[in-house]
Amino acid sequence: MTVSYAGLDRLMGLMTGDEKHGPSATSTLDVIWVLYDRILRITPQTVDDPGRDRFVVSKGHGPMAFYAVLAAKGFIDEDQLPGFGSYDSRLGHHPDRLLIPGVEFSSGSLGHGLPAAVGMAHGLLAQGLDSRVICLVGDAEFDEGSNSEAVVYAGSAGLANLTVVVIDNQSSTHGWPGGIGRRFMIDNWLTHDIDGRDHEAIARAFRNAAPDRPTAVIAHVEPKG
Amino acid sequence: MTVDTHQAQRGWTGDAVPDLRSQFIRTTTELIDTDPRVAVVLAEISAAQFDEAGERHPDRVINVGIREQLMVSMAGGLALTGMRPIAHSFGAFVIERAWEQVKLDLDHQDVGAILVGSYGSYDWPAGGRTHQSPGDVALIDTLSDWVVHVPGHPAELDAQLRAAAADDTRVYLRIGGEPNPEAFPTEHDTWSVLRQGSAGTVVAVGPTLRNVLPAIAGLDVTVLYAPTVRPFDADTLRSTLREPRVVMVEPYLAGTSAAHVARALADLDHRQLGLGVADPDPHRYGTPADHDRLHGLDPRSLRQRISAFLAPRLRDTPQILGDM
Repeated sequence: MTVSYAGLDRLMGLMTGDEKHGPSATSTLDVIWVLYDRILRITPQTVDDPGRDRFVVSKGHGPMAFYAVLAAKGFIDEDQLPGFGSYDSRLGHHPDRLLIPGVEFSSGSLGHGLPAAVGMAHGLLAQGLDSRVICLVGDAEFDEGSNSEAVVYAGSAGLANLTVVVIDNQSSTHGWPGGIGRRFMIDNWLTHDIDGRDHEAIARAFRNAAPDRPTAVIAHVEPKG
Repeated sequence: MTVDTHQAQRGWTGDAVPDLRSQFIRTTTELIDTDPRVAVVLAEISAAQFDEAGERHPDRVINVGIREQLMVSMAGGLALTGMRPIAHSFGAFVIERAWEQVKLDLDHQDVGAILVGSYGSYDWPAGGRTHQSPGDVALIDTLSDWVVHVPGHPAELDAQLRAAAADDTRVYLRIGGEPNPEAFPTEHDTWSVLRQGSAGTVVAVGPTLRNVLPAIAGLDVTVLYAPTVRPFDADTLRSTLREPRVVMVEPYLAGTSAAHVARALADLDHRQLGLGVADPDPHRYGTPADHDRLHGLDPRSLRQRISAFLAPRLRDTPQILGDM
């Protein structure tokens, strides 16, 4: 049984114990919802289909929104949510792909998902698959130098099946002068700056991927504060 | 394909045996041509040698530039889509520089890849500490379910690499040292029994055999040869053990396999001696032969140390040969 967007608050409320990552969780909620609701070609029945789209949550911090959407879409049972972070739970404070159906990449240490997503994009192309790889990172996570390696290379390689969405809640200590999007543009990425709470804008940005180079969606949300 | 082996530059003996890195390039090129799952990820090192293969298979020969962390992470991503990635650089860069990527983007994801590290512990001493990786196998030992090959001959490397490409395990192929004149079997990752003796067992790992054989000439010892060290062949060690005294000669940090020896012989009163790189950062240049002596891994030093360790069980210790 699936749950609508309006039911996500209730699902997130079932998970307690990681309040320090609360803002991190709520900042991603709308983007993840729209992805699973309108964009990604993946269902609970196709989590092992080689032709599925891949969604990589690089910013593993605050996965409550991710888990809530997975539960809402039937990837995991709602009754698993209350045990969040406990010894017998599959749901940790950082997601583990070996424990949760539909999680493509185990994350937590920042700056790993995007470089791995570049490898996934290459792998899908090498196998002639038209699947997309969509990777979610945070604006503070983007501080990690490993992301720079991936952005420069993917832009140069023209990986059109790769889309990165940066959730920008202005939590990067030193910020990104001129905007994070500029960082992608100079490396040959198509860039969209959008309101990260506007579902139509989110869907439109993901549908308008470049045909010959990677796409970056900068999703602005309220500052972390 | 012609490959410059650089043997003369390294001060090696110049045997007819090609060097291990050249064989890695030959075998990998064939694998790219024949197996559509195989993808090679490089960070400039050896990239020129794969140019022709890259022209034939641009989607599976990937040079990311000088970005080793990306190289290893991409190997993880490729594996997650069902490919069989081979990532290669110097050991210092593929294992040590990209260590968290090895740990998290391969091991933690539980996906396989073949990591190939060249230059070993001190193939290029003049390059200094930045290009040496004596701690690579010790680092791999902190992870789970890795196969570690330390080939001592190009034919061994060829067989190990082909077998690795055909499955999905996590493999570290450690290229380093001057090759041995003779190849030994690599099937099932077991060790070869070169001879049996009664005073103790000497295990020579990969290219250390070249110096171990003259070092133990005339000594009444069992000699095992290990071109694969993980999994650790406890069965062969135990089944050939006559005296519970074991010397491990490894081309990386001394004592790296000590825990494995102890576990294999846990039910026996035993003694062990771990020989290998003694000082990971000696701040000295020179040639590989210089560093063999520095770490006590030249034939003369090995003979002295092995003989001293086994002395209570050696009835006769022939004089050290003058030409060592």
